[in-house]
Amino acid sequence: MEALLWLIPALPLAGAVILIVTAGKLSRNLSALVGAGSVGLAALITLIIGFGFIADPAHTFHQTLWTWINVDGFKPTFAFHLDALSMVFIFVITFVGFLIHLYSIEFMHDDEGFSRFFAYLNLFVCSMLILVLADNLVLMYLGWEGVGLCSYLLIGFWYQEEKNGYAARKAFIITRVGDTAMAIGLFMLFQHFGTLNIQNILTQAPQTWTIGSETATAIALLLLGGAVGKSAQLPLQTWLPDAMAGPSPVSALIHAATMVTAGVYLIARTHVIFELAPVAQQWVGIIGAVTLLIAGFSALTQFDLKRVLAYSTISQIGYMFLALGVGAWSSAIFHFMIHAFFKALLFLGAGAVILVLHHEHDMFKMGGLKNRLPVIYWTFLIGSASLAALPFVTAGFYSKDQILWLAWAGEKGNLWFFLAALIGAFVTSIYTFRMVFLTFFGEEKTHVGHHAGKLITIPLIVLAVLSLVGGFIELPHTLGHVELFSGFVKPVLPAVEMRPGAESGEWIIQLTAATLCLAGIYVAYYFYMKRPDLRRELKSSMIVTNRFWFSGWGFDALYDTLFVKPFVYLSTRNKDDAVDRIYEGIVSGLNRVHNVFAQTQNGVMRWYIMGIVIGAIFVLSIGLILT
Amino acid sequence: MILIWFIIILMGGGILAWIAEQWQAGLSRWVSLAATLINFVLATVLWIQSPGQVTVAGSSWISTFTAQWIPSFGVSFNLALDGLSLLLLLLTFFLGLLAVLTSWNEIQYRCGFYYFNLLWVLAGITGVFLTMDLFLFYFFWEVMLIPMYFLIGIWGHENKTYAAYKFFIFTQASGLLMLLAILGLYFIHGSNTGNYTFSYFDLLGTALTLEASRLLMLGFLAAFIVKLPVVPFHTWLPDAHSQAPTAGSLILAGLLLKTGAYGLIRFVVPLFPHSAAEIAPWAMLFGVIGILYGAVLAFSQTDFKRLVAYTSVSHMGFVMLGVFAFNALAWQGVVMQMITHGVSTGALFILAGTLYERIHTRDILRMGGFWAKMPYMAVIALIFAMASLGLPGLGNFVAEFLTLIGSWHASRVLTVLAAIGLVGATAYSLRIMQKIFYGGIAETHGLTDLSRREKLIFLPMVIVIIWLGVFPQPVIDTAKQTLTGVLEQAHVRNASPPATEKPILSAKGGIHE
Repeated sequence: MEALLWLIPALPLAGAVILIVTAGKLSRNLSALVGAGSVGLAALITLIIGFGFIADPAHTFHQTLWTWINVDGFKPTFAFHLDALSMVFIFVITFVGFLIHLYSIEFMHDDEGFSRFFAYLNLFVCSMLILVLADNLVLMYLGWEGVGLCSYLLIGFWYQEEKNGYAARKAFIITRVGDTAMAIGLFMLFQHFGTLNIQNILTQAPQTWTIGSETATAIALLLLGGAVGKSAQLPLQTWLPDAMAGPSPVSALIHAATMVTAGVYLIARTHVIFELAPVAQQWVGIIGAVTLLIAGFSALTQFDLKRVLAYSTISQIGYMFLALGVGAWSSAIFHFMIHAFFKALLFLGAGAVILVLHHEHDMFKMGGLKNRLPVIYWTFLIGSASLAALPFVTAGFYSKDQILWLAWAGEKGNLWFFLAALIGAFVTSIYTFRMVFLTFFGEEKTHVGHHAGKLITIPLIVLAVLSLVGGFIELPHTLGHVELFSGFVKPVLPAVEMRPGAESGEWIIQLTAATLCLAGIYVAYYFYMKRPDLRRELKSSMIVTNRFWFSGWGFDALYDTLFVKPFVYLSTRNKDDAVDRIYEGIVSGLNRVHNVFAQTQNGVMRWYIMGIVIGAIFVLSIGLILT
Repeated sequence: MILIWFIIILMGGGILAWIAEQWQAGLSRWVSLAATLINFVLATVLWIQSPGQVTVAGSSWISTFTAQWIPSFGVSFNLALDGLSLLLLLLTFFLGLLAVLTSWNEIQYRCGFYYFNLLWVLAGITGVFLTMDLFLFYFFWEVMLIPMYFLIGIWGHENKTYAAYKFFIFTQASGLLMLLAILGLYFIHGSNTGNYTFSYFDLLGTALTLEASRLLMLGFLAAFIVKLPVVPFHTWLPDAHSQAPTAGSLILAGLLLKTGAYGLIRFVVPLFPHSAAEIAPWAMLFGVIGILYGAVLAFSQTDFKRLVAYTSVSHMGFVMLGVFAFNALAWQGVVMQMITHGVSTGALFILAGTLYERIHTRDILRMGGFWAKMPYMAVIALIFAMASLGLPGLGNFVAEFLTLIGSWHASRVLTVLAAIGLVGATAYSLRIMQKIFYGGIAETHGLTDLSRREKLIFLPMVIVIIWLGVFPQPVIDTAKQTLTGVLEQAHVRNASPPATEKPILSAKGGIHE
C-alpha cells in the first residue's frame, strides 16, 4: 500500500490544477467535490498507510519519482521519505485539512471566489505534504516556499481590501527573511556533505562534526532562522497576527494547525545537527521561552477574537520550541498534534461565531452566545479547556504537562525554562477564559444571524472529541504511564535524557500546573464576570503596559524604523537613479564645451585670422621648445 | 548547413515582410510569423535529434558551417553550434515568435519596416550566438544594434528619441572597445604565428603577455558588461526598456542582455582565462552590487516597465556573480538564468504591454484592483511575479539556487549578500501584485480580460517556466558539454599562466576537480 504514497500530495495538486484551469466555471458543488474530495481521498490513503505503519513504526519507506537537477554531484530528487515523524505530520495535515475543507464548503458558500479558495487550499495541502515528505532539503524548500505562497494568497484572499494585500505581503517578506537564512544553511550543508539528502546528512553529521563544532552551530542557527520565520517566533513573529486577515478556515489550517509548525518539523527533522550544536539548541529553547511569554501577554490585551488566537498560536509554538530546545523532541511533536486539534477547533469555532454575528470580530461586542449557539459553545469550551490545559480531562494538559516537566527535569532543561513555561501556562488560562467569558457569557450584544449547518458543526465535534481523548495516547508516569506516541516516533526521535536526581518531583510539577490553570480561570472569571469594574480600573492604571502588549511589544514599530522606512526612503530618494546623473553630467559637460567652441564660429574674419596667427605661434613655440 | 539557414530565413523574411506589406496591409506579420515559426521548429528538431550531443569530430560542436569571406584578412564566414548556442537559439526563436504575436495589433504604423527591423534584430542575435569568427561576431553585434535603434526610435513611447540615442551610444561606445580588442588580438596572434586570422578556434590559444591579456580582456568585457548590464553601466536599460514597444522590450530583456552573458562565457573566459580569474572577485562584487542596487531601485519605480527593467538589472547580477565563480554549478545556474529570465521578464513586459493597450498608462499608481476584472491576467502576473522572486517549482529558482550554491564555493560573503537580494526580489515582485491587482478597483474603463491571442502568448510561457522549474535536466544536459569544456580549458591553461604570476584560478572552484 505504501507505493501509493505519491498520491497523497498528488491528489490535492490535481484538485488545485483542475480548479485553476477551469477558472471558476465549475459549479459550487463540483468545486467543493474536487476541493474537499481530493483531500479526503488523500486522508483516506494516509489512514490506510498509517494502519500498516503502526504495526512497525521503526521501518521507513522511500519513493523516488524523478531526478530534479543533476549537476556535478548536486542531485536533488523528487523523492519522498516516510517514517514515523512524517507519518504523524501527514496524518494531521490530511485529516485536519479534510475537516477544514468540509467546514469551508459551508463557510465560504456565498463567496464569489469559492473555487479559487479551494484551489489555493488544495495547493497548500499539497505543498505542506511535500514539505514533510521530502527526502532532501531542496525539495523540502520547495514545499516550504510553496506553503508561503499559499499563505500569501489566502491572507490576501479578499483582495478588494488593500490592507489584506499588505498583510499578505508582510507575511511573505518576513518569512522570506527566514527562508534566506535557511537557504544559506543549505549551501553550507552542501559544501560539507556534498549532498542535501536529509538521511545522508543525518548519518554523516555525527561522524564529521564533534559536539559543539562551529560549523554545526552555524548551520543549526541558519536553519533556526528559517524555522523562526515560518513558525512566527521571535524575532520574526510579527506577521502572524496580521495574517488573520484571511478567511477563518485559513487561519485554522495554515496559521494554526499546519504551516506555522513547519519550523518545529524542520528542527525535529534535523535534530541530529542541533544535538551537535548545543549552543544553537539552547537558543531554540530561549526563543521558545521568550516568545511564549511575550505572545501570551499580548493575547491578554486583544479585542479581536482571532488576534487572541493568533497570539495564542505564537505562544503555543513557543512551547514546542522550548521542548525542542531541551531535547524533548517527541513532546514537541506531541504538542504539535494536540495543538493542531484544539487550535483548529478554536479557529473554526471563532469563524462560526464571526459568521453568525455578521463578521463581528470584537469580543467586547459579543457575549451571551452560550444558549444561542450550544454546539459552537460546547466545542469552543472544550477547545479552550484543552488550550488552557485543564487538568486530567483534556489532551492539552497531557501534552503541555510533558513540556513543563521536561523543561525542568530534562538534561538540557533549567529553572528559567521551567518558570517561563509555568508563567506562560498561567497566562494562557487567563486569556483563554477571558475569551470564553467575553464571547459566550454575559448579555447578548450583537444579534445572531443564521445558524451554522452540519458542515460546520461536524468538524467542530470531531475536533472537540480529539481535543479531549487525543491526550490519552501519552500519559505521564504518575498517571497511568502510556507511551503510545513517544513509542511510535522513537525510531526517529530519541527520548530525552533526564537530569539526575530530578525524577521524583513529577507530581509536584503536575499539581502546580493544574493549580495555576484553575487559578487562571478564576482570575478570568473574577475580572470579566464578577468584577468588571475592577478590570477597567486595572486597565486604566496600567494603560501604557496594556498598549505595549496590545501592539505586540512594539516590534512592528521597531522594524518599521529599523528596516522598512530606511529601505523605502533610500529607494524613493534614489528613484531616478543617481548613477544616471553621472552620465547626464558627462553629456552636459560636453554640451558646454560644444557651446564654447561653437562661439568661435562667428563668421567674423578678424577672429579667424587671429585664431590662425595664435595657433601658428603656439605650434611654432612648441616646436622650438621641443627641439 | 542548417546554421546559415537560420540567418537567411530571418534576414530574407525581414526583406520579404517589408515588400509584402506593400502588396497587402497586414501581410508582413504573417511573413514574420512564418519565418520565426520555421526557425523555432528547425531548432527544436535539431535539439530533439541531438540528445546525446552528436558531436563533430569529438568536440562539443553539434553542427558547423564554414565559408570563405575575406580570405586576405583572415575573415571567414564561420558558424558553429554547440549545446549552449542551441539553447540560446531556442530561446531566441521562442521569444521571437512571441514578439511577432505581441506586435500583432500593437503596431499599426509602418508595419513593413517594423517587421523588417524585428526580424533583423533576431537575425543579428542568431548570428552572435552562432558565429565563431570574431570579425563576423562584431558584424552581427552591429546588426542587432541598428534595427533595435529603429524599433525604439520609431515605434517607442513618449520619450523614444532620447532612449534610442542613449541605447545606441552606450552599446556602440562599448562595442568599439571590443572592436579594438578584437583587432589587438588579431595582430598579436598574427605577429606571433604569422597566421593573421579572426577565427575563434585559432585565437583561443594565443600566447599573450600579462598586460596584453588584461587590456584585451577589458575591451571585450566592456562590451559585455554594458550589454548585460552591470551597475554602473546600466542606465541605458531602464530608458530603452520603458520606451521600446512591447516586442522591443521583450527582445531587449529576453535576448539582447543574454548576448552579454553569452560573450562572457564564450569569449572572455576562454580567451583570457588568467585575466578573467584575476578580476573574478571584483566582477562578483559588481554582480552583487547589481543584484542589490537593481532590487532597491525596482521597488520604488512607478512606471511598470521601468520597474521590470530594474528587476532585470538585479537578475543579471546573478549572471555576473555566477560566471566569475568559475564552477560547473554556478555556470549551469547562469545558463538557466539566461533562459528563465528571458521567459519570465519577457512575460512581465508583455503584461505591461497588454495593460498599456487597455488603459494607456504604465503608471502602477493609477492601477489597482484589477483582479476582479481580469482574473486570467492576474493569475499570469502572479506566476511570473513568483518566478521573478525565485519561487521553487518555477525555472528561476533552479537558476538562482544553482548560481548561489556554486558561488558559495567562490565567496561566502558575496553569496550571502546576493541571497539577501532574494528578499528584495520578494518586495518588488509583490509590489507589482499589490499595486495592480489588489485593492479597490481604480479604473473600470476598457478592462477586458486576456484575449485569445494573448492567452496563446502567455500559455506557452507558463508551460515553459513550470517545465524548467520541475524538469530542468534536459537543458542542463544540453549545456553541460560546452560549460565543462570551457571550464576545463580555463583550468588547464591557468595551470601554466602567462608571465610570472602564480595561478589564481586553480585555487577556486574546487568542486570542479
